Amino acid sequence: MEINKASVKPRMPERKKNNIIKRTLGEKIFDTFNVIFLGLICFTFIYPFWYLFATSIADSSKQAMSQIWFLPQYFSLDSYKNVLSSKFVYLGFMWSIIRTVLGTAVALLLSYHFAYALSKRYLPNRNFWTLILVFTMFFSGGMVPNFLLIKDLGMMNSIWSLILPGCISAYNITIMRNFLMSIPDSLEESAHIDGANDLTILYRIFVPLSMPILATVGLWDAVGHWNAWFDAMIYITTPEKQVLQVTLRRIVLEGSNSLVNLYGEEVQVTMTPETIKAAVTMVTTLPILIVYPFIQKYFVKGVMVGSLKG
Amino acid sequence: MKSKEAQPAIGKKKSGFQYTLKQYWKYRGLFMIMIPSVIMLIIFKYVPIYGIQIAFKNFRLKAGIWGSPWVGLDVFRKVFGMPIFWQAFQNTLILGVMNLVIGFPMPVILALLLNEIRHERYKKTLQTISYLPHFVSWITLSGLFITLLSPSTGPVAALYRLVGAQPYYFMGEVSTFRWVLVVTNVWKSIGWGSIVYLAALSGVDQEMYEAALIDGASRFQRIWYITLPSIAPTVTIMLILRAGSIVSDNFDQVFNMSNAAVYKVANVLGVYTYEIGLKNMKYSESTAISLFLNVISFAMVMLTNTVSKKVNDYGIW
Repeated sequence: MEINKASVKPRMPERKKNNIIKRTLGEKIFDTFNVIFLGLICFTFIYPFWYLFATSIADSSKQAMSQIWFLPQYFSLDSYKNVLSSKFVYLGFMWSIIRTVLGTAVALLLSYHFAYALSKRYLPNRNFWTLILVFTMFFSGGMVPNFLLIKDLGMMNSIWSLILPGCISAYNITIMRNFLMSIPDSLEESAHIDGANDLTILYRIFVPLSMPILATVGLWDAVGHWNAWFDAMIYITTPEKQVLQVTLRRIVLEGSNSLVNLYGEEVQVTMTPETIKAAVTMVTTLPILIVYPFIQKYFVKGVMVGSLKG
Repeated sequence: MKSKEAQPAIGKKKSGFQYTLKQYWKYRGLFMIMIPSVIMLIIFKYVPIYGIQIAFKNFRLKAGIWGSPWVGLDVFRKVFGMPIFWQAFQNTLILGVMNLVIGFPMPVILALLLNEIRHERYKKTLQTISYLPHFVSWITLSGLFITLLSPSTGPVAALYRLVGAQPYYFMGEVSTFRWVLVVTNVWKSIGWGSIVYLAALSGVDQEMYEAALIDGASRFQRIWYITLPSIAPTVTIMLILRAGSIVSDNFDQVFNMSNAAVYKVANVLGVYTYEIGLKNMKYSESTAISLFLNVISFAMVMLTNTVSKKVNDYGIW
């Protein structure tokens, strides 16, 4: 056997090739089935969004009468015009952007600083600080204590109620800490000898090296902030200050039609047309759909880093 | 050898309070860097944990957390005495088990199937597409599924009519609502969940496959005897991480997808905590339920970790 192996091996330069040669009929059937099956699965990931898009660009008065399968019918951008002229939608869009940008910046800054300190072996009581951080991953106060805290801090209806409570994520900090620990100490030591202080070392040496992990965690935070809604629903009570996700929820799920001005003032529409709902959903989701192909690889990297730690 | 034995003695001396203080002074630059984050951690994570005490108090808004009188376990007794709480608990458990039993193996299967595709670009494209739902909020997806499954206008209903069947209102029927939750949850998380396993699969030593090929192992034998055992540690770790989720129902999903008609099965503890807590202002009761859930999920993680360590020799700590 041993000799056989040795003599056969050199004749198989590429794994790909020899695999194809040795396929049996059963395997061929399996492969074909597999390719088609996975293709169909992926179709189910795209189709709902396509359907949404097709509905959003249909004429609302005619759309209800016919069934949309794939192709948009009765093309009209009226729904978008309606939706975008609603002040709640564009204010929501603005608040969502503010929340995403500010929230990501604050979370990255605080998390990175924490992670940096925890990554240093010479940090006094390092285990203790790590423990009090990791503990929050498994144990939390829950909905009501959080709500009461925000109320007592006077942060109701303030954008900070959406930004500060989630800015310290144990998971993200652990990932960043692990990344920072992989950077050799020698870089820092020479800087210390040159008399640089900790903040200088952090920003001059470590930040440039940490760009990959900062991009990954930053994008996680950003997508999380864009999609977050529950905190906004309970902390923000003024409709003008509400983020887009909650406005979307009001329109699509609660069927509220006061938020979008429907076809002028005269026509009283009792039910929000599907096309309007689809258009609001598109406006909310489009930023994600547009950036997702470009950012997904950073996301994947982060998952890998996270899983390596385990 | 001698110097190594001497070390603990020095360590003991060093662990004194004064020494620690000196260390903090010595590394104050580093410590200052993390102080703002620690303050945030204390305010926004530990103050709410401290606030859990209202589960043991008769909380009144005017009196505040401090001024409200202690009532021991009265709140728990009251909560556990309510049939609707047990209904919610049961719903949460059923949903949790369904999500775990059906939802957990799916990404593994997807990863295995994707791994069998030889055309690299096709595989890459499929993977990228499968991540898509992960990036979209449950509000969007709920709206989407409500439209798709709508018995009057949705394409699924149209498909039913096309084959001459009566359209079924999946989201409005108690018997099917749970399945809608489970299937849509799988749909959202399967692609993303498979990343970890695909990473593990790419790390499998290719020479093992070559050796097996020469020994005449069939494709399925190779998967069974090489691929699966190779990713078993990853699967175990993911299972541990998922264990606590049996009691943490997917609030975002259930809350947004449910409607009054399916309240009987959609009333899970997450939704119930929200309703009695923030809608009905029964703060103590709501916190008691949160605490109850948190303790169970914490215990679940601990338990699975211990079992896994005993059986498989790998845990997360």
